[in-house]
Amino acid sequence: MTQSEIETIIERYGRKESAILAILQDIQDREKYLPKEALEYVGEKLHISINKIYRIATFYRALSLMPRGKHEVCVCLGTACHVRGAQRIVDQMKLELGIRPGETTKDQNFTLDTVNCLGVCAAGPVVAIDGQYFGKMSPGKVGGTLKKFHSDKKKEGANGKA
Amino acid sequence: MGRLSSPQELEKYGNEILSARDPNQAFITVCGGTGCHASGCHAVVDAFKKVIQEKAKGNGVGLRVTGCHGFCERGPLVVIYPQKILYQKVKPEDASRIFQETVLKGRILENLVYEHPTTGEKIVAEEDVPFYKKQMRIIFGNNGNIDPTSIEDYIAVGGYRALAKALFSMTPEQVISEVKKANLRGRGGGGFPAGLKWEQCRNAPGDIKYVICNADEGDPGAYMDRSLLEGNPHSVLEGMVIGAYAIGAHEGYVFVRHEYPLAVVNIGIAIQQARESGLLGKDILGSGFDFDVKISRGGGAFVAGESTALMATIEGNVGEPRAKHIHTVISGLWDRPSNLNNVETWANVPLIINQGADWYTQIGTEGSKGTKIFSLVGKVNNTGLVEVPMGITLREIVYDIGGGIPEGKKFKAVQTGGPSGGCIPESLIDLPVDFDRLTEVGSMMGSGGMIVMDESTCMVDVAKYFMNFLKDESCGKCTSCREGTKRMHEILTEISEGRGKPEHIDLLEELGWVTAEASLCALGGTAPNPALSTIKYFRHEYEEHILNKRCPAKVCRALLQYKILSDVCTSCGRCAKACPVEAITGVQKTKKEKGKPFRIDPKKCIQCGMCFESCKFEAIEVQ
Repeated sequence: MTQSEIETIIERYGRKESAILAILQDIQDREKYLPKEALEYVGEKLHISINKIYRIATFYRALSLMPRGKHEVCVCLGTACHVRGAQRIVDQMKLELGIRPGETTKDQNFTLDTVNCLGVCAAGPVVAIDGQYFGKMSPGKVGGTLKKFHSDKKKEGANGKA
Repeated sequence: MGRLSSPQELEKYGNEILSARDPNQAFITVCGGTGCHASGCHAVVDAFKKVIQEKAKGNGVGLRVTGCHGFCERGPLVVIYPQKILYQKVKPEDASRIFQETVLKGRILENLVYEHPTTGEKIVAEEDVPFYKKQMRIIFGNNGNIDPTSIEDYIAVGGYRALAKALFSMTPEQVISEVKKANLRGRGGGGFPAGLKWEQCRNAPGDIKYVICNADEGDPGAYMDRSLLEGNPHSVLEGMVIGAYAIGAHEGYVFVRHEYPLAVVNIGIAIQQARESGLLGKDILGSGFDFDVKISRGGGAFVAGESTALMATIEGNVGEPRAKHIHTVISGLWDRPSNLNNVETWANVPLIINQGADWYTQIGTEGSKGTKIFSLVGKVNNTGLVEVPMGITLREIVYDIGGGIPEGKKFKAVQTGGPSGGCIPESLIDLPVDFDRLTEVGSMMGSGGMIVMDESTCMVDVAKYFMNFLKDESCGKCTSCREGTKRMHEILTEISEGRGKPEHIDLLEELGWVTAEASLCALGGTAPNPALSTIKYFRHEYEEHILNKRCPAKVCRALLQYKILSDVCTSCGRCAKACPVEAITGVQKTKKEKGKPFRIDPKKCIQCGMCFESCKFEAIEVQ
């Protein structure tokens, strides 16, 4: 990400210090993580100390300091999904991908994460992959669902985008 | 439409929209809520578009993608107007038949109609379906009628009339007095009287004041705020403008969870449209009153939904709560008087102003007026969002509206109030639901999550689940909350993994007391509730785990044992293929040979349950 691109984002929020979270979210959306150089640049331009920026960057779940995989797999652990067996979906994901929640596969293809509720409780257990929802999941469906994202071919799922 | 600069222009514009619409015109609505998205409504919408384009050709058949209808379990939902025929679980390939038969010829497609689960009766009209019948959808009802991205649709159903009434025929004091008289209590969980809060904020010294809409709906299992903001954003916005007028604020914020992308988009569109129509911004409807709203996105921290933490986040700080020695209505956002209400609370305001407090107070119980939207989820047949008058019993919600427990299982408990709430056992199922009664039995209203649990739900596991959530979401500022939740989670884990000791129950109760008493904000203050309420009503389940090392609901994995019943096993080998750790061995049958029953090596088994799920002959037993 170039400095002028960061500059555009800072400008979008009127160069305000209070917009720091929104600025970091926009950088995260584009880069899928927060590169160190970008954090330093934002801090310098908005006169925010680097330790405060790191404090914010590590406080919120939406922000990440590590590069994330091409596909973001998010297993919902909301109460409704939990009572319908969401933990077993996470366990199966761990086995299939060989990583734990919060980690990224070696080939940088998948990042596994959990979320406390996606608000799609009626369809639980729910998994969101790149913002696309997969409802009524079971451990047996995990492998097949991930397979759709293994190849690079862009496939249009029935679920559309979020 | 240009800028509306008087209430008369708004009225005239509303009439123009209505007269241009034929109430008998056929049109198709497809639910576009997130629940229906997850079941594929996008493809259904595309299919209808194609059919209408090809076959209607000037026939004047309308298509509208609406907000959430609430009956998410049966999505994608389609309603055909003017007859209001409800079709459920609609697939893209049904579109053409629906159009040909129902829209053009008025014939009902039996296979898409709702069928009563016990009587088998086919129910055609939306309002006759039992799920909707006992509801009172005064806040949520318009979700199904309007396109959330169209301000015209909102104005057509009477939108922004309450704003005009407040601005032109009521003083700010009169607005406050009406809301106080209606006894509107905060729907975010606390239940604090909204009118009183507004009055305190209005009377607080200072020229600059803020109104904030809290849409940081972090309670797992609750999604009514999301559906309101996605499905009827103008109603929330109208409530905010009325509140701002009453309080004397000119700036406002809508703080939305980042996990709710569609809500962010729809409220953004609504704000833009309201500005262009003169219903937001400078000189609203020519009244001289100015008010504008900004959107602030959350960062994925549960605690940021707490009022002071939310304000800290908007200011660009870390979302940690602070002590409220001075209330936020006096000194909140940027140390100015700030009034924060939840999405649903704001959506109630236009209704109170339009219909009056006398009408509003006819609904509900002594201390809790109006309706409440609950998200009825978990082990219940009809999951979805339900809006009911306060005071309805749990039994009516779970059985009449929710259709009871699936697969003929036995009801065990309802969990209300989110992570800080509690579990209500079967013995209290006739409890009338309102703010005070829920608190009396050790739970709370919270934002309205209602998670139904059946005999296959383990209460120790539920307590552990919530404690894990709270441990992760504790911001760490108060030692009692940071360490207390962690320690309680450790103890609950020990119990669920068979290392529990009899003294653990007392220890949990003691730790819970300290955590609640010594923590600053409501997160810590209510954190022990999941453990305490399950101990109170389900102590025997704790004892089973601790003394007999048994999980009666067969959930706690470490206490389970999977076994293949050799006399039932057909030697198909499916379980061995499913097993991720190669713990299952046997001889698979072939066309020539019978094979030998499979067996599980308990030393290798990780209790993942894949074999159990894969077996088609019920040959695997869990102990």
